[in-house]
Amino acid sequence: MIELNKENFEEEVLTAEGTVLVDFWSPSCEPCKALMPHVHELEEEFGDKIKFTSLDITKARRVAIGQKVLGLPVIAIYQNGERVDGVVGDEATTKSVKELVEKYS
Amino acid sequence: MIYDVVIIGAGPAGLSAGLYAARARMSTLIIEKEAAGGQIATTDEVANYPGSVEDATGPSLVARMVEQAEGFGAKRISDTIESVDVAGKIKILKGEKEEYQARTVIVATGAVPKHIGCPGEKELTGRGVSYCATCDGAFFEDLEVFVVGGGDSAVEEAMYLTKFARKVTIVHRRDQLRAAKSIQEKALKNEKIEYLWDSVITELKGDGLLESMVVKNVKTGEESEIFADEDDGTFGVFVFVGYDPANKLFEGLVQMENGYIVTDDNMATNIPGVFAAGDNRVKSLRQVVTATADGAIAATQAEKYIENNFEE
Repeated sequence: MIELNKENFEEEVLTAEGTVLVDFWSPSCEPCKALMPHVHELEEEFGDKIKFTSLDITKARRVAIGQKVLGLPVIAIYQNGERVDGVVGDEATTKSVKELVEKYS
Repeated sequence: MIYDVVIIGAGPAGLSAGLYAARARMSTLIIEKEAAGGQIATTDEVANYPGSVEDATGPSLVARMVEQAEGFGAKRISDTIESVDVAGKIKILKGEKEEYQARTVIVATGAVPKHIGCPGEKELTGRGVSYCATCDGAFFEDLEVFVVGGGDSAVEEAMYLTKFARKVTIVHRRDQLRAAKSIQEKALKNEKIEYLWDSVITELKGDGLLESMVVKNVKTGEESEIFADEDDGTFGVFVFVGYDPANKLFEGLVQMENGYIVTDDNMATNIPGVFAAGDNRVKSLRQVVTATADGAIAATQAEKYIENNFEE
């Protein structure tokens, strides 16, 4: 999992080629932390097809808002820098995230 | 293997049931969907749980409950139950990952936040509309926030959000709060909190992010639109208008009233071997303290039920 921040978000996500998954989270978001190990498991299985990244929004709030993320958890899929899909809030479950990853791998 | 007790849900009710069941040396499995904790896991402050340490937070309380239940031997796994067959003597629970068998089942599935139910709400969830202040509060540093509701949760979360937001306005459909007096007193002293009485939100609008909302005065019927500050571009709406019981799995299988499971004083449902505990059953007070009590009673009664219905 690549840890994103203000400095590398553009390079790792917005100008990156191929498919990138961004796990938007924060240390006070319990649902996000519960989801995280499952995302790590998916990385082991699909990491060769999708680049897995995570952004702690407390360190890059403006970057997240710039991506129209104003609520957590969000698991978003980017293709060639464009956000093409994702699951938000209650919809972000282990099942829906797995389906999302399978769809883009 | 056939478990003595399978508990669905790992909030205070489920964890307390797990603790009591495991302590009684019953083989105990707690199945949790996502995170342990339920609603309390996203609550910043737990001030009314007896014996709670100062500055106790929902997550810290849950972490101690988990540790305690596991310490006595309760097993915890993460799976989502998709269907149940509880009519027979051995109950069968089909999960996404596995199938489970049990002599008794304790349904501690809790409740989920209610939505406003207005146009734009679903589209703008996670884009300005939120049901979890601890999850999303940090986004609204120095922005404006509206909190919908007038109960304990709404007012407490409004106070929490003043740590981040420039201003927090409580939008309530009545002309006074319903929250406990001590909570109200604290809120009224908070200079960052304002009130919009007799009002409901009828529409949420925005392209990508929440930009405006239509508010209706329920007394005059008058509607007005509130826009985000131009420099901000957006604002937050946090919804705390009550909860719906999470009993879908058991609809048509056990007796319910308005979606809540009906139990007797022993937490027994109308189906032998099936118990309910916590916010998902018919009761007058839904708090951590009553949830944990339910869990303890359900586990103790499950033990009695096994003694009477299964031979060693």
